[in-house]
Amino acid sequence: MNRKYMTVIGLEVHVELATKTKIFCGCSTQFGSAANTHTCPVCTGMPGSLPVLNKQVVEYAAAVGLATNCTITQYSQFDRKNYFYPDNPQGYQISQLYSPICRNGRVEIETENGKKDVRIHEIHMEEDAGKLIHDEREDTSLVDYNRSGVPLIEIVSEPDMRNAEEVIAYLEKLRLIIRYLGASDCKLQEGSMRADVNLSVCDAGSARFGTRTEMKNLNSFKAITRAIEGERARQIALIESGNKVIQETRRWDDHKEYSYAMRSKEDAQDYRYFPEPDLVPLIISNEWLDEIRAKQPELRDEKRIRYQEEYDLPDYDIDIITGSKHMADLFEATTAICHSPKKVSNWLMGETLRLLKEYEEDPEDIRFSPENLAKLIQLTDQNVINSTIAKEIFEVMYTEDIDPEKYAADHNLTTVSDTDALRTVIERVIADNSQSVTDYRNGKERAIGFLVGQTMKAMQGKADPGTVSRLLRELL
Amino acid sequence: MEIRALTAIQLGEKIKQHELTAVDAVRYYLDRIAALEPVYHALITVEPEMALQHAAKVQQRIDAGVLTGPLAGIPLVLKDNLCVDGMRTTCGSKMLEHFTTAYTAGAVQNLEKAGAVILGKANMDEFAMGSTTETSYYGATKNPYDQERVAGGSSGGSCAAVALGECAFALGSDTGGSIRQPASHCGVVGMKPTYGTVSRYGLVAYASSLDQIGPVTDNVADCAVVLEAITSYDPKDSTSIKRDDTDFASALINDVRGMRIGIPRDYLADGIDNEIKEAILAAAELYRSLGACIEEFDLGLAEYAIPAYYVIASAEASSNLARFDGVKYGYRTGDYGGLHPMYKKTRSEGFGEEVKRRIMLGSFALSSGYYDAYYLKALQTRTMIKKAFDQAFEKYDLILGPTAPTTAPRLGESLMDPIKMYLRDIYTISANLAGLPAMSIPCGMSGDGLPIGLQLIGNCFEEKKMIRAAYTFEQTFGAAKPAPAMTETTMKEVNPA
Amino acid sequence: MKHEISDETIEYIGILAKLELTDAQKEQAKRDMGSMLDYMDKLNELDTTEAEPMSHVFSAHNVFREDVVTNTDMRDAILQNAPQTKDGQFKVPVTI
Repeated sequence: MNRKYMTVIGLEVHVELATKTKIFCGCSTQFGSAANTHTCPVCTGMPGSLPVLNKQVVEYAAAVGLATNCTITQYSQFDRKNYFYPDNPQGYQISQLYSPICRNGRVEIETENGKKDVRIHEIHMEEDAGKLIHDEREDTSLVDYNRSGVPLIEIVSEPDMRNAEEVIAYLEKLRLIIRYLGASDCKLQEGSMRADVNLSVCDAGSARFGTRTEMKNLNSFKAITRAIEGERARQIALIESGNKVIQETRRWDDHKEYSYAMRSKEDAQDYRYFPEPDLVPLIISNEWLDEIRAKQPELRDEKRIRYQEEYDLPDYDIDIITGSKHMADLFEATTAICHSPKKVSNWLMGETLRLLKEYEEDPEDIRFSPENLAKLIQLTDQNVINSTIAKEIFEVMYTEDIDPEKYAADHNLTTVSDTDALRTVIERVIADNSQSVTDYRNGKERAIGFLVGQTMKAMQGKADPGTVSRLLRELL
Repeated sequence: MEIRALTAIQLGEKIKQHELTAVDAVRYYLDRIAALEPVYHALITVEPEMALQHAAKVQQRIDAGVLTGPLAGIPLVLKDNLCVDGMRTTCGSKMLEHFTTAYTAGAVQNLEKAGAVILGKANMDEFAMGSTTETSYYGATKNPYDQERVAGGSSGGSCAAVALGECAFALGSDTGGSIRQPASHCGVVGMKPTYGTVSRYGLVAYASSLDQIGPVTDNVADCAVVLEAITSYDPKDSTSIKRDDTDFASALINDVRGMRIGIPRDYLADGIDNEIKEAILAAAELYRSLGACIEEFDLGLAEYAIPAYYVIASAEASSNLARFDGVKYGYRTGDYGGLHPMYKKTRSEGFGEEVKRRIMLGSFALSSGYYDAYYLKALQTRTMIKKAFDQAFEKYDLILGPTAPTTAPRLGESLMDPIKMYLRDIYTISANLAGLPAMSIPCGMSGDGLPIGLQLIGNCFEEKKMIRAAYTFEQTFGAAKPAPAMTETTMKEVNPA
Repeated sequence: MKHEISDETIEYIGILAKLELTDAQKEQAKRDMGSMLDYMDKLNELDTTEAEPMSHVFSAHNVFREDVVTNTDMRDAILQNAPQTKDGQFKVPVTI
């Protein structure tokens, strides 16, 4: 018998917010500093220390809620989630259980099967844990609390997704929205966006979902896709062999492509939540909500419409550019300097996308500045460099964000505009290529192309091909 | 000069008038500490060098006219759950025997700014859990009036130190009566201000929604002055409240005419010693004779305050004390295999019995399936208790009653039965649940020579009414009979410079 | 005593609270908890249906910090009480 199964997936997405300081203390959130140098009594759980809420965290959380069509909870509170682990310095994590800041939202996703809504159950604010690293030599663990207290929002979806493609589309949509809001850089590899996958399987069409497991440690879209396939297969195998799926938390090992149960007798999963007495309730008035709404930046759909009206770009270009907040910002800033939207778009659509693909990078990773791209366009417009040289310079600019003008000068790449010097070179090319000269004089128009090429070669590319062609015809 | 016979305010005046220096005062108290501590054990840590150095600096600033306030140069002790940068903070626990804090509590910073000089840290019940200071890992504090008896708790060390003249005043913390009850047993003045009045930043938390720091002094005027000094809005404590009526010393007025004072009938019912009941009724009579309107009334709910309190306090404590896990500071067991054995052995060896009892009770009350029945029910009871007080304060300016149902019990007597010990907090606990200010002042002695405390409870933010009534009582009734150690003449006196 | 605390319950609370009790301590804890819970049951006499749970004494709300870095590196002070450290980190028994 060949049963048909339906996979039911819900996500818990943790996003580190882009605040300058931690959620409850004035320590920096800067990534990559020496261990424990961004810590204080509050974020290391020293006795007697007390938390004070960072206002920006509330504004970011509410902004994400508004952008995902949530209802903002106007009276919300923080709760303590109690559990012991060395990365949790207080013995509890300050989170929100009883009254999360946002509820009942939805985002629209689009896959090959068309559009659908994924409902958001809630978004709550909480603090991140510290970082544990395993010291192999001594077989101990070492704790760094720099990340302890970095603000997080946890976005909990309803179990509305049915396959990995929908999951990835949902995550990409969330990431785009949050990046547009500037609320986080959402980098999976660096852990500023993390997704736990709740997955169950049941007979296709069944109204009752199966027992779900929760999978953690997924730090790339590829890992998420593999984990979903792997867990689906594991659960189906269990069911088909007459066993039961156990509700549990599992850790995905992407190298072994298998998940392991994180069960422990010492891990009761009874978090004894209760209202955090050290923090007062949070009331978001209509006025405040209006202010947050007013501060909301232009999101993708609005941007699309504006680009059509303002820049007259093809829909294809607009889709690509607005598909990344960083690319859209770069486009607008560059256009503001050089006033050539189509040319800017061409650089982004052409060379930039090509190099992103070549380096396997994300548009958010683009490092060159709008000033330098604008300058490159202007240099080309003014025939200071030709388009071939421009592409060469752009490749360097892409990796090192160099100033194209200075680079061209330093490397002697500017077009030679001295016609006498050019004339001398052309005369030599004519003398050295008598066959082509004859062909041209016999009406073979194509031969002029060869001669232009030879001249450009002799000039090491530093000439304007139009000028070369004009001079050639003159001299012939 | 009999420094111990001076109030803190008087001592401050003498220092400002150059009759003696802050260093003289510190030396005097250090000598008394050295002589009395072997018997009474009110302190856990004494820092003679730090205190003398600090006093010398303070004296320079007094001489330079920089420090002019009433507490400049005045020596004090802090309950050992208040953090001071560079000083040990044990909380009366083995867990923190070698723990040095890296920052100073908000209330203590205010005292330092005022020029007060810290002599050391006072004994307390472990993590403030107890009513006798017997749960301290460092041994019990003896009652200044009877060495066979306890000083009360949990701020027993602070209250005994003031009663013994080991310091000019002290700070304590009060979660369910931990300042007022030992104050009543030691014949001193102790106050718990309105919740949020004194910053809790740097107070090692027992039960965050109930804890409040307050003064322990030997008279009402000192109490007002110290309260005024430690009160401030602290942006580091989210529950700190901005108040503009903090000139508490202005309430030291000898006049209670027209003041409406209510006595809850349930506070004088079963379980109270007759001597205490008589002393309280006599105090009420005194107020009546001074022109106050005295009336008995039914406050109700008193019997529910204790179970509600123990659920809430234990639940918060179970969470607050989770940070003591052997990872970042404090005790770590010497012998463990993995992570969880390390946690369990560290905490089992580092905490005493009463602390473990409350952590277990609190963990249970919050655990899955019991939260609504215990914790939520207790929070609802708390609301009803607050409402009962709100109604009472519509009729009365103050509530008057006993601080404790008995005088100081004998050492060892209370530890046998936890519930009996908890019942000793019956009159003090409600003020914490409702966030109200309350204070204990001496109102007489028992037949066997032990002090009796009178408790005044005010409405929120109405410390001034309380101070005024307490001051008026003290002016008429007189201060407590000093503890024996205060009148013995064997102590070395300092000669002014 | 109405509340009979089972061995399993005491064991479970030991896991939640990370406390390890000897057999004698467990028996004592069962008795203490049982009698305390009996005492707590007194609250059931009260009809609290109309009462909102009071987790905070006052109606104060919206206390915030601005998002400005105020702390500087204080690693040495943070590590000074640690039972064990290595390379500026807290050292603990292996967690995996």
